Amino acid sequence: MKLYDGGKIIVGLLVFIGIATFPFYYNMGRVNVKPELKTDTPAIQEWEKQYGKKECVESKEFMRAEHMQLLNNWRDSVVRDMNRQYVSTTSGKVFEMSLQNGCLRCHSNKKQFCDQCHNYMAVKPYCFDCHIQPMEKEENKS
Amino acid sequence: MSLDRRQFLKIAGISSILGFGASVASATHTIWEKGLEPPQVEPNKDALNGKRWAMVVDMSKFKTEEDIKKITSACHQTHNVPDFRNPDGTVDRKFEIKWIWEEPYERTFPGSENKFMGENIKDMPFIVLCNHCDNPPCVRVCPTGATFKLANGITMQDMHRCIGCRFCMAACPYGSRSFNWVDPRKAINLVTENKAYPTRTKGVVEKCTFCTERLQAGKIPACVEAAPKGAMFFGDIEDQNSEVRKIVATQLTIRRKPELGTGPAVYYLIGGSDHA
Repeated sequence: MKLYDGGKIIVGLLVFIGIATFPFYYNMGRVNVKPELKTDTPAIQEWEKQYGKKECVESKEFMRAEHMQLLNNWRDSVVRDMNRQYVSTTSGKVFEMSLQNGCLRCHSNKKQFCDQCHNYMAVKPYCFDCHIQPMEKEENKS
Repeated sequence: MSLDRRQFLKIAGISSILGFGASVASATHTIWEKGLEPPQVEPNKDALNGKRWAMVVDMSKFKTEEDIKKITSACHQTHNVPDFRNPDGTVDRKFEIKWIWEEPYERTFPGSENKFMGENIKDMPFIVLCNHCDNPPCVRVCPTGATFKLANGITMQDMHRCIGCRFCMAACPYGSRSFNWVDPRKAINLVTENKAYPTRTKGVVEKCTFCTERLQAGKIPACVEAAPKGAMFFGDIEDQNSEVRKIVATQLTIRRKPELGTGPAVYYLIGGSDHA
């Protein structure tokens, strides 16, 4: 078997592999900064003082994985069924189902909380096109 | 490749078993897609509950422009309704968003004007808002179910679902709906905005919600609260003892375009006598 224009083909292949794998070796050895969530807002500290621990409406693991689905269900419940109180299945405490008046009351640090993971995962939820985020000091400008 | 009948049935059988298995697996995985279960949710204990919310507006109690301005700005302030202005300070009609506003008589009750009508009525600015119809055309035309009727009669809108097709605007005979042609935040005062209520985004339709969020917190609508004494009433018209029911039962009230069969829930008193 003879490879016609073998030189060109092999060089071409090498160039292609080089370009295709460029992102991998470009990022090699770089430490990707893992998202770091800050849960030390005044409201959360207050909660910790009162109840002795930090807790969200559900467990940390659940919130991490399912908060989008939870918010979706909250929205339907509030807008369509007129039920605005959420009873936690983990602690039994009652919370207001509201992004602006619920979640962000404790997590008043959107930049240090929401944005950390959303930027890391390159997801752009459009929650804050409408929902007003709390005022924050400009700390890390992007 | 050719299949005989036996092979075909085998493949069909196996793939249907696989498909069924996958659907069972996904059903057990996504408990959250079914929505919240009853023990997880409860209504606010302070919430005002009604079978059919309705409003009575007594136009004779609005003496000055100021009285009207007070209620429209109370509403628009509460709900972060943008205020688009032309460079010369007049309202920019192209981008205007309105939840509650004023219209002259012939646009409020078209067809019922006559040439001998006094100027006091003809030129009187009428307060108009979404009528929260019994049979709302906007709900019928909405392709995504974004706008719908709540159990208490309010025509509600889920902004998350709205795709901005504006069918509802074409359907509404009262012009109660406005479209966000541009980002409304451009025309919202970021200092005085209501931090407890969202804004809207570019490309959605919005309208009065009879202050659903305030009712659920035990408060009456913002416009009624800001109105002069005895000018606006809000209540459950199915409740025989409610103020709105008593007024509608004892006085002559008119509604906007009732001949269309939409069943509006906003009643107007035009005369000047005292009541309720």
